[in-house]
Amino acid sequence: MTALPPAGTSVAPGVPAGRRLSAWLSGRPRVRLAALLAPPAIWLTLVYLAALLALLTTAFFSVDEFTNAVTRTLTLSNVRDVVSDPAYLRASARTVGVAAAVTALCTVIAIPMAFFMAKVAPARSRGLLVALVLTPLWASYLVKVYAWQAMVQPGSGVIAWVLRPLGVDGPGYGLMAVVLTLTYLWLPYMVLPVYAGLERLPDSLVDASADLGAGPWRTFRNVVLPLAYPSIVAGSVFTFSLSLGDYITVQIVGGKAQLLANIVFANYAANLPFAAAIAIIPVLITVAYLAVVRRTGALDNL
Amino acid sequence: MGTEPVTMRWDPQLSGPRAGRRLYGALVSTQPQPDVDAARPAIRLRGLRKRFGTGPQAVDAVAGVDLDVRDGEFLTLLGPSGSGKTTVLRLIAGFELATAGTIELGGVDVTRRAPFERDVNTVFQDYALFPHMSVTDNVGYGLRVRKVGRAERASRTQEALDGVRLGHLGDRRPAQLSGGQRQRVALARALVNRPRVLLLDEPLGALDLKLREQMQVELKAIQRQVGITFVFVTHDQEEALTMSDRIAVFDGGRIEQLGSAADVYERPATPFVAGFVGTSNLLSGAAAEQVLGRSGTWSVRPEKIRLDLDDEPAAEAHDRSATGVVREVVYVGSATRFVVDLDAGASLVALQQNVQTSSSDVDAYRGRRVRLHWDPRHEVQVADPATAPTAH
Repeated sequence: MTALPPAGTSVAPGVPAGRRLSAWLSGRPRVRLAALLAPPAIWLTLVYLAALLALLTTAFFSVDEFTNAVTRTLTLSNVRDVVSDPAYLRASARTVGVAAAVTALCTVIAIPMAFFMAKVAPARSRGLLVALVLTPLWASYLVKVYAWQAMVQPGSGVIAWVLRPLGVDGPGYGLMAVVLTLTYLWLPYMVLPVYAGLERLPDSLVDASADLGAGPWRTFRNVVLPLAYPSIVAGSVFTFSLSLGDYITVQIVGGKAQLLANIVFANYAANLPFAAAIAIIPVLITVAYLAVVRRTGALDNL
Repeated sequence: MGTEPVTMRWDPQLSGPRAGRRLYGALVSTQPQPDVDAARPAIRLRGLRKRFGTGPQAVDAVAGVDLDVRDGEFLTLLGPSGSGKTTVLRLIAGFELATAGTIELGGVDVTRRAPFERDVNTVFQDYALFPHMSVTDNVGYGLRVRKVGRAERASRTQEALDGVRLGHLGDRRPAQLSGGQRQRVALARALVNRPRVLLLDEPLGALDLKLREQMQVELKAIQRQVGITFVFVTHDQEEALTMSDRIAVFDGGRIEQLGSAADVYERPATPFVAGFVGTSNLLSGAAAEQVLGRSGTWSVRPEKIRLDLDDEPAAEAHDRSATGVVREVVYVGSATRFVVDLDAGASLVALQQNVQTSSSDVDAYRGRRVRLHWDPRHEVQVADPATAPTAH
């Protein structure tokens, strides 16, 4: 038996360059780490943090009233306008309300779905079920929103048509339609984390609870729900923050309702600094939400 | 007979430092232990079957099991993985529904009942402690679910934890405990409900050897104290032999043999039992004719066989003897295992205690001609697999 040379020392000539580079890197963990992390770090700094910083500073600029050009002198006037006008406060409250309603609806629908996928369906069909939940995400956002326009349309919409024999009117355009559509759009973002969380939950815990005398509802409340809670919170981060920022759905099925993102959209061409000041509100709400969520330990599950 | 069957319920007072005295006190104040009421065993299984899957992929995990578990006994279901022993346990607990057959607990048919309607508790292989609850809340869970009052719950939980010597760790989370401690919590959580039957699914499998041996002794002591029927699943034959009143040896979803530790070890009913409980050491066909002078399949336990070098004087005349060549020498510390190819054609394993020999001495036996001899009393006929009547 011939002894192999120690790794990373003398490399025979004729060894391909790639292998030689690997051998050189294998002894230098810091260089390896730097090479691995540099591209994403640069991307994050330039595209993400820089854009956010630009938004933040723009909010403190103003516009020239004649040319609509942005004047790069710092002023608090935009922020003052946003804070002092109760209309924006109402729009903020409405936006948070819609996001909360969407999150609640997604949770109620996702838990039984995810439970079925993780604990009831045979193991070999789970992959298929996950793919089915994901499929809507592969379709165009606009197609789905217009499909929902057809659903909620007053008079001729599918929901109105189904409800007519019962003597009830459909929701028509408005906040209700926005909540329904957004719930449909963001549901997969809730189902997937909850599914992952429930799949990690050992079956033996459910068995043990039943073994100790607990019926199904009690087992769900005392064992399944507390252990799935971090996953639900993780899913809610998606549904909540995505709902906060949406304006297209609101434009298409929202009727006269205005949410924060619509105000941003309506203003950004005419008064970019003011639009930026409005845009900071959902950013702040999201940050506050994440801060609360962080305390539950749910971010470990994202 | 005739007396009311007395089930001694587990009383955590009966363990701990002065357990012996308390246990004695409890025993003398109880009526004399009645004979086991054969008419009403703790568990009665009849024609139990469980099929998983459908069509050509269907597997009969349990393929017809009849079994009576006596009140207060320690019964072990022993078998290799996939032999159906765990499925039988899960059927008794109610986690699986039987495909056919019946399950009775204390004379009541519970075949179609949900787990939470059965008077049994389970110690799971992975312990299945609720990670989001403290040790106290875990142990008290069954009592809370059954709406036992707060004060009684607290005292019984504390007693149960004291009983497994974990009274001081009630505030910890399961993740903060060692494997052995989790095992005890799981045991306390099950016993605190004072079930008719305790089911244990390979509860010692995850522990290291030392701890496992210690827990074997402790489990057996607890079982003796509480007098609850224990049904214990394991694939470890030594564990089964150490702890059980009776052992049911499983293979292919059926019970191959049911009997005491001595029964299944010294008088294996089938070649499978002979091989699974200990080393099989079978002589059959021509080899049996030549060495034993009789036909059939015979088993001789390795420790019953003595081994001498061929040139040494022969032993007593009544001994059976056979000559052969040592093929393999396995030094296992306190003893040495010799694999000997017999001239008659079979091979036998002889286990010799290393009383005078050391590892270097025994190595010198490799390839040497030896004579094996044993007392014919230790030859046990095992049924041929083809003609074996299935023991139930």
